[in-house]
Amino acid sequence: MNETVKQTDIQKAILEQQQSEHRKKMILNGVLLVLLVLAPLVMYPVFLMKILCFALFAVAFNLLLGYTGLLSFGHAAFLATGGYTTGYLLSNVPWLTTELGILAGTLMATALGFGFALLSIRRQGIYFAMVTLALAQLVFFFFVQSSFTGGEDGMQGIPRGELFGLIDLNDNLNLYYFILAVFLGCYLLVQRTVGSPFGQVLNAIKQNEPRAISLGYNVNRYKILAFVISAALAGLAGSMKAVVFQLASLNDAHWHTSGEVILMTLVGGAGTLLGPVVGATFVVNVEYQLAQGPLRDWVDPILGGIFVLTVIAFRSGIVGEIQKFMRKNLS
Amino acid sequence: MSMIFGVPVAVLSGQLLIGVINGAFYALLSLGLAVIFGLLKIINFAHGAMYMLGAMVTVIMFDAMGVNYWVALFLAPVLVGVFGMLIEYFLLRRIAGQDHIYSLLLTFGAALMIQGILTNIYGVSGLRYSIPDLFKGGVNLGFMFLPYYRAWVIAVALVVCFGTWFMIEKTKLGAYLRAGTEDAQLMQGFGINVPLLISLTYGFGVMLAAFAGVLAAPIYSVTPVMGSHILIVVFAVVVIGGMGSIGGAIITGVLMGVIEGLTKTFYPPASSAVIFLVMVVVLMFRPAGLFGKEA
Repeated sequence: MNETVKQTDIQKAILEQQQSEHRKKMILNGVLLVLLVLAPLVMYPVFLMKILCFALFAVAFNLLLGYTGLLSFGHAAFLATGGYTTGYLLSNVPWLTTELGILAGTLMATALGFGFALLSIRRQGIYFAMVTLALAQLVFFFFVQSSFTGGEDGMQGIPRGELFGLIDLNDNLNLYYFILAVFLGCYLLVQRTVGSPFGQVLNAIKQNEPRAISLGYNVNRYKILAFVISAALAGLAGSMKAVVFQLASLNDAHWHTSGEVILMTLVGGAGTLLGPVVGATFVVNVEYQLAQGPLRDWVDPILGGIFVLTVIAFRSGIVGEIQKFMRKNLS
Repeated sequence: MSMIFGVPVAVLSGQLLIGVINGAFYALLSLGLAVIFGLLKIINFAHGAMYMLGAMVTVIMFDAMGVNYWVALFLAPVLVGVFGMLIEYFLLRRIAGQDHIYSLLLTFGAALMIQGILTNIYGVSGLRYSIPDLFKGGVNLGFMFLPYYRAWVIAVALVVCFGTWFMIEKTKLGAYLRAGTEDAQLMQGFGINVPLLISLTYGFGVMLAAFAGVLAAPIYSVTPVMGSHILIVVFAVVVIGGMGSIGGAIITGVLMGVIEGLTKTFYPPASSAVIFLVMVVVLMFRPAGLFGKEA
């Protein structure tokens, strides 16, 4: 009798705690949302859009690294494929509305992601990283050789066009709110994915792959699906980036970009939802601030230093460390 | 002039020679990577930077102090090797036992730093370094012209590769190394200083990269970014050969150089991508690589 009472008490307490945590999260998310909506009033919209695109890129990447335990060193390929496809179509197909162009870029990156996944998924850990890196390099050389990419100059003057043929995206504010909407949609999608039974299986694979296999899960299928979703979102980020800057360049396909997205995710906190967003904001800002000041030639070494420091001293990243701190001191 | 498949013999053999030379560098570099990976399970992303340092140190020592090629061939790898051991001691050791991914990321960050700092000091335009007097000129083999220096590079690379393979697979020191990675605790129980062994192994792998850098200084353009591209190629070579297989790394390195040279002769646009294509094909049929064991 006594024990059942205790049990229900414990359950109630857990439930209450979950509810209060949920409430805290909702408040935090609400505040962030308001900030994002109001941000273009005080900051340059193109800069904000750059952050949003890279944040989406990092969120996509984090689905693999943070939630499935796969380190891809080839995500630049998806960013670039999305950008080039969208750029090419918008420049050459006059009737195509912007959202269809972005959709096409995303689909192209999705297909490429499927190919990458089939070739690499049987390898694990660092092998996986090296295979994805080499595959991405293959894509890079394809873009270098192809004439439609514009080589070193990149693909320039991509028209922003009109959303659904109605809303003029040459207006920075219109474009900002469109990109914000897409970003939020994707963020919620990833949040939902991670929390779903599918996400739980991914987590199981990350924690202990042989065990997941022995429980009867077809691990490779789950990993391929996670990889494809990640590639699709990365492609979407690249497509939107091409529309924002009206430019798709070889830089996006270079393996340094793959390294950069790892840095963003790691600095922000891999395996946390908000981490990649914070990380992308941080890295884009650091790059921008450094480029303005006397240290403009020192961007690479400083980023490298941040990389080393993050790996050695705070592997959980900014958001991860804050969560740890709150768990230790506030509950 | 005689032709093979519509290509003059002189052109074909010239490209083959370039292929073998590139292959010698691939072999030296992938050998170092394979040693570090096979024994320490560290993916050394800084390997390209170490190769670059080897070449840069050679040129800088010559410009500043007139240190000649032969001294540099010994001194530069030692200096860079010590530098590598410092990185191992102060950085890599702190993340020992963590997921291998972190060692990859750490060395990636370190490579960015090294490359970035040198780029700021020396710029990206190539530094000049001339071929040592002893190897100026060449010999006409009838069907092609063989510069002495290139012959020297091939010969010395093969000797170093074979020596390394022999040391690790056939000697007592090699046995200690392999045992230390198999079961570090047990080896320590036998009174062997495993952390020192690890430092030395990393230093040795880095030395191999720097040695390749010194060999490269007279024939390639020496810039702070010279290691960045070759690194990715070498990664592909290691994947094709099978990670951790030391003999496999050597053979695949030379082979890939030759394949690249052939592609440059018959279909130039694909020459920079062909190694990655080979990798894709190998992965489809032998995921563990040509000489690797299925994990």
